[in-house]
Amino acid sequence: MKQRLLSLLLLAGVLASGAKEAQAHPHVWITAASEVIYAADGSMSGVRHAWTFDDMFSTYALQGIETKVKGVYSREELAPLAQTNVESLKEFDFFTFAKADGRKEKFLEPVDYFLEYKDSALTLHFTLPLKTPVRPKVLALEVFDPAFFIDFKFADKDPIKLVGAPAACQLKFQRPNDSTATAQRLTEDNFASGDNSNYGAMFANKISVQCP
Amino acid sequence: MSVRPDRDLARGLLMCAAAATGVMMLDGLMHQVLAQTPFGAPKRAPESQAGGIVGWILAKQAEFYREMSATIRAAKSDGSAVWTLLAISFAYGIFHAAGPGHGKAVISSYLVANQETARRGIVLSFASALMQSLVAVAIVGICAWLLNATAKTMCGTERVIEIASYALIAAFGARLVWTKGGGFMRALQTRAPVPAMAGAAQHHHGHDHGHAHAHHHHDHGHHHRDHDPHHVHDEHCGHSHGPAPSELAGPGGWRRGLGAILAVGIRPCSGAILVLVFALAQGLFWAGIAATFVMGLGTAITVATIAVIAVSAKDLARRLSGGSEGGGALVMRGIEFGAAGLVLLLGVGLLFGYLAAERVTCL
Repeated sequence: MKQRLLSLLLLAGVLASGAKEAQAHPHVWITAASEVIYAADGSMSGVRHAWTFDDMFSTYALQGIETKVKGVYSREELAPLAQTNVESLKEFDFFTFAKADGRKEKFLEPVDYFLEYKDSALTLHFTLPLKTPVRPKVLALEVFDPAFFIDFKFADKDPIKLVGAPAACQLKFQRPNDSTATAQRLTEDNFASGDNSNYGAMFANKISVQCP
Repeated sequence: MSVRPDRDLARGLLMCAAAATGVMMLDGLMHQVLAQTPFGAPKRAPESQAGGIVGWILAKQAEFYREMSATIRAAKSDGSAVWTLLAISFAYGIFHAAGPGHGKAVISSYLVANQETARRGIVLSFASALMQSLVAVAIVGICAWLLNATAKTMCGTERVIEIASYALIAAFGARLVWTKGGGFMRALQTRAPVPAMAGAAQHHHGHDHGHAHAHHHHDHGHHHRDHDPHHVHDEHCGHSHGPAPSELAGPGGWRRGLGAILAVGIRPCSGAILVLVFALAQGLFWAGIAATFVMGLGTAITVATIAVIAVSAKDLARRLSGGSEGGGALVMRGIEFGAAGLVLLLGVGLLFGYLAAERVTCL
């Protein structure tokens, strides 16, 4: 009888796994390059992103857009699409999550946004101003899609730049696959709660700026 | 009316197992709800790392998917690259269907809820995958190729279809819960040996209860076939000796399967839409269409495999619980009711955004 019970439990497990095994996987790849912007007084005021989409998504996004010259897209012709992009990204908090000394910071609506088409790829440029500029000891920025529909990979060359930061500030950048540093980083940045505990967070790009 | 102690024990154990099944199914669902809510409040520790099997599947998919665009480009100058494209699409479909969507949960639960055969599970899987491919080709063919609509319009279309699909799943689930609720209640009522008169009375009670329950869920969706007389007939057969296989394969049975195909198949896969638009832009729409159908074939194989596992698991349960009459029926009706409830929960969860499915490509 115990055997039967065990078999039934096993069966239950199989059935349960039917609902459980679902995991998201990316359909859009973004190669990112970002700048952390500082105001004249040394406070961090926002983030400027340049996101280059993979060729499949770039083609999809360009579908139906009329141009004067075939295959050449000017910034003006792409303006409505850029508008759509930033409006849609709002729903996802622009995939950019900031913490100043462990406190969550909010971003305002993006400014200076435009699209650029080069080498059959679209690049979305936009700046996210911080609601209130901050001067934290530790600034933590994460860029990722919690649902992992989009895979963010930072550029190999100059992935992150500090613009106008006080000279003493130190930049650290950790890519999602760099598992050796994970344990260390968790304590370092006090990420005990929140953003890194959901699925997509395993693929988060972590930027930290320390200003003594 | 003699109650043997070993039979009581067996019954007790089976009831525990039924309860455990329910709990584990709920647990599975909760895992999905909590882990997949993108910005939802309840957050939990990541249960799987990027490594291991999940990481490998994800890596493989990404690899195949990214090769697709390169291969379509190559096919412009070299026709033989189309064969490579088809091979990649097939492999991608197999891996891809392991992710959310594609109706694995809905089809498997439907098969378990109804006394369906593995053969029918395979047919349903392939039919729904074929329909998904057809819908993807239709969307891109009409929106992009004929109307030259923008991506914004296309994704708007996808969103409408998505909502329709979730509503259909919820309605389909509500219908299953209604029909299976009655059987489960009756199994609960008839579990204890009772005199014939009382049995009839309790049967009536059980039936009423099932109705009320279904009506509650009925509000979530709307399904005109809820009043299908054929179904009521099936219900009564199920009560007495279980439907014969011939009844299930009959015209009414296939019509019921159509509901599952429609609910699942109407929602195309975002990957297929992207591949089709890309192929269209490269002037190789036909290659994109071929890739989409081959992808669907791969998807169908994965979904069918899971469906067959679900059906076999239920058959195993039936055999194992066959030893004790009352308890066995209760377990089986319980599993069926649980599976029906799962379809309803999936539909409602998807509809109201508690469950995150594969996102539509709106950026």
